[in-house]
Amino acid sequence: MRPIASANTFPRRDLLKAGGALLIGVAIGKRARAQEPDGVALVLGPDQPDQKSLDTWIAIHADNTATVFVGFVELGQGCSTALLQLAAEELDLDMAQVKTVRLESHTMPNQGGTVASASIQRGGPRIRSAAAEARQALLRMASEKLNTPVERLTVEKGVVSVMGEPQKSVMYGALVGGKPFHLPYTGKAPLKSFRDYKLVGTRVPRKDIPDKAAGKYVHMQHVRVPGMLHGRVVRPRGQGAYGSGAKVLSVDENSIADISGARVIRKRDFVGVVAPNEWDAVRAARQLKVTWDQPPVLPGTEGMHQQMRASKTIDRVVLNNGDIAAGFSGAAHVVKQTYQGPFQVHAPFGPNCALADLQADTALVMCSTQNVYDARRKVAEVVGMPVEKITIRYYEGSGTYGRSCYDDAAQAAAILSQAAGKPVRVQFMRWDEHGWGNFGPAHLADVRIACDASGKLVAYEYHGWQNNWSTVETSQQLALGTPAGESTGSVSQEVSPFNLGAMYLIPNMQLVNHRVDGVPTSFKTSNLRSPLDLSFSFASEQTIDEVALLAGLDPYEFRKRNIKDERWLGVLEAVAQAAQWTPRKGQRPSAKVVTGRGIALGTHTSSWAAAVAEIEVDRETGKIVVKHIYGAIDAGRTVNPAFVENQISGMLVQAVSRTLKEEVTFNKTNVTSLDWHSYPILRFEECPDVTPIVVQRMDQPSGGAGEEVLGPATAAIANALFDATGVRLREYPLTPARVLASLQRH
Amino acid sequence: MANPVQIRVNDRSVSVNSTPDTPLLYVLANELQLNGPRFGCGLAQCGSCSVLVDGVETRSCVTPLSKIGNKSVTTLEGLPAWYARQHNLAQAPALTPVQQAFIDEQAIQCGYCYNGMTVKANELLSKTPQPSAAQIRTAMNGHLCRCGTYPRVIKAILRAAQKQGERA
Repeated sequence: MRPIASANTFPRRDLLKAGGALLIGVAIGKRARAQEPDGVALVLGPDQPDQKSLDTWIAIHADNTATVFVGFVELGQGCSTALLQLAAEELDLDMAQVKTVRLESHTMPNQGGTVASASIQRGGPRIRSAAAEARQALLRMASEKLNTPVERLTVEKGVVSVMGEPQKSVMYGALVGGKPFHLPYTGKAPLKSFRDYKLVGTRVPRKDIPDKAAGKYVHMQHVRVPGMLHGRVVRPRGQGAYGSGAKVLSVDENSIADISGARVIRKRDFVGVVAPNEWDAVRAARQLKVTWDQPPVLPGTEGMHQQMRASKTIDRVVLNNGDIAAGFSGAAHVVKQTYQGPFQVHAPFGPNCALADLQADTALVMCSTQNVYDARRKVAEVVGMPVEKITIRYYEGSGTYGRSCYDDAAQAAAILSQAAGKPVRVQFMRWDEHGWGNFGPAHLADVRIACDASGKLVAYEYHGWQNNWSTVETSQQLALGTPAGESTGSVSQEVSPFNLGAMYLIPNMQLVNHRVDGVPTSFKTSNLRSPLDLSFSFASEQTIDEVALLAGLDPYEFRKRNIKDERWLGVLEAVAQAAQWTPRKGQRPSAKVVTGRGIALGTHTSSWAAAVAEIEVDRETGKIVVKHIYGAIDAGRTVNPAFVENQISGMLVQAVSRTLKEEVTFNKTNVTSLDWHSYPILRFEECPDVTPIVVQRMDQPSGGAGEEVLGPATAAIANALFDATGVRLREYPLTPARVLASLQRH
Repeated sequence: MANPVQIRVNDRSVSVNSTPDTPLLYVLANELQLNGPRFGCGLAQCGSCSVLVDGVETRSCVTPLSKIGNKSVTTLEGLPAWYARQHNLAQAPALTPVQQAFIDEQAIQCGYCYNGMTVKANELLSKTPQPSAAQIRTAMNGHLCRCGTYPRVIKAILRAAQKQGERA
């Protein structure tokens, strides 16, 4: 039996009857179900649920539990639990009484992608107010049932009772259980005051962790369905220029004649293999002889930044305050420097995987996309089907940190399934994910910052070069010949008015974006966790330190004097206090191994963050070891401080990795960093001690907390290098070779 | 499809049909439907596919089926029973102390690397029951985590070692 969509058209209300497990008559094979303990019914039909209906958001079951329909994906960041915390708080339920279900197009509200660390910030208010509205409706019903005005009712754990008469009570489940509310969602129900919170702000444990520890969690890579084939994509090892794609000159199908079950599937320049046996698919993909045309048009790793500067660009003044010419002309100290940042790759630890089952008029695609509705559009385009016929079902993959190859894998699986006439599971190989990633953009910056004789910042100018994010996934580009294109822009794609100098009170400021066209001779790029912020902070916060030095001020003291905003001051002081920051005294020692400390500020698009790094530098080898790193974040009301501490801790470690080690390398034709040897990341023996600090502000709206510390952590390490050695590096990663070369020039 | 061979996985003798050159990972994942070992690189660089072979942490992605022979394979699923045997417990616990410590420390983010982390940490504690943080770093160095959970893995292994020590 095929695990497929057709004939399983359940009206959404049937979901409600299922109560606990939400496992209803899904026509999937035994094995598939066994591996889908939390499987939900596939609901076809309307394009997506009506967001103005309360039933789209909340279902109350007869067993006095609630299902909250959340349009965001769990990525290991804890958002699925934290959003339930918000809902449980407003509903007066405890955490054991709330759950959510697998995210799927058609059944779950379209809340946009799970991006920009904004699930709580952007999604939270809707979940909260829907829960409050559901509670309001339940209280109205209870009022009627108990014949008592709403004002005299109180709720605990979903049991409504009359104040002072606890024997007069009714459960939520008895009021509406198993039935829809049939009420509009207006968003007008009053919300609880933070002063009355019982759950929000507490350290409720993550719901996904026990199964992950036990090995019972179903990652996308674990999903199998009966009768499926294993698929692999066949591409050159390492992408070339985005606009060139890769052109097939010839495919020699005889080259895999000895692998009996394997079959080649080709659609224009998209080449894949399928086989009933996974090892046959792996071998066939490796063995298939394909001659590719990859023109030698790339600048090579070394020539990349020169090429960016020489490019014809689209320029935009992002911010212009005061008069920078006047600001610089009257300044006591001016520093002007150029900085460079590399392309980096998401490189999920388990390469992306997707499973597609295309039939004549319906399709089910299981994948790890951050946006099921966008993935549905992308799949529709490559298979030529209307979107409403396609269901995208989300399974968490390995951590993605932005737009890795998940949609590419989903398209590849769909193309292969359509051609093979069977369900196809595509597992990208290590080199597919590393070599064909949508890289975090490289960056080039000219920074000029000035202060007066008293150490007050007076002028700030930042020019940044990078290309915008790609709009076409590789599978589509190869299969349809869709021309490479880049997004027209968003806040995360150009120089950032949130991150660049924004923490300081500077009367004269100018930020200028130079958009490079990445299509002809560069790579496809996308949002890699805290897009561009590492490069921004690396450039801007080092220059701030240089100005402070000229003014004769300690870097912490200098920053403090130039900040008026209490949120920025709050994180700066919190991190300095945790690290017991004291100004450097005396000369730098000339020992083989020297130590240094650095401090920096930064963010992504919301929240406030700061970091301190303590490092050791071996002056003979150039190797930097980060010994201890501190990160503080003020994300307003932090729904679950434990989750944010885990995020900060991860951000700090990832920042050390990206600052010291990570760089996509390439020659004239293609990318050459294809695995963990050619693209090394931080290991256990290099891992610093970490101190995460949450600055809790229950009375403030929630902001993002998954990206903001990366930038300041990067800059703090670079500033610590100067503190230790007297040398500044203008390009990262801060590899031993680069550090040594600088020390020798010094 | 090759002639069936018998291998010993999680204390059970099982018959598998993969060809002798098939990496053990694909046999475990597809024929035996085990979710512990998982594909990460296929190059023995990352540790996501780790299993114990006769108690030794082994990368199943590059270990052909033919190399297994009579050896005993333990996957994540079989670790609690393996742990019980190591410690002469009458009954296998639901989770090894290492796994419980990962929960107690809320160490996990995406969790994909935790198969390898769990297998390797159990191997470590079987040989070195009370490791220092430095010994943990050295032992675990061949296991990568892209989410950056290393500090919590170290803390959790220390916690598990302490718990195991208390029990002994």
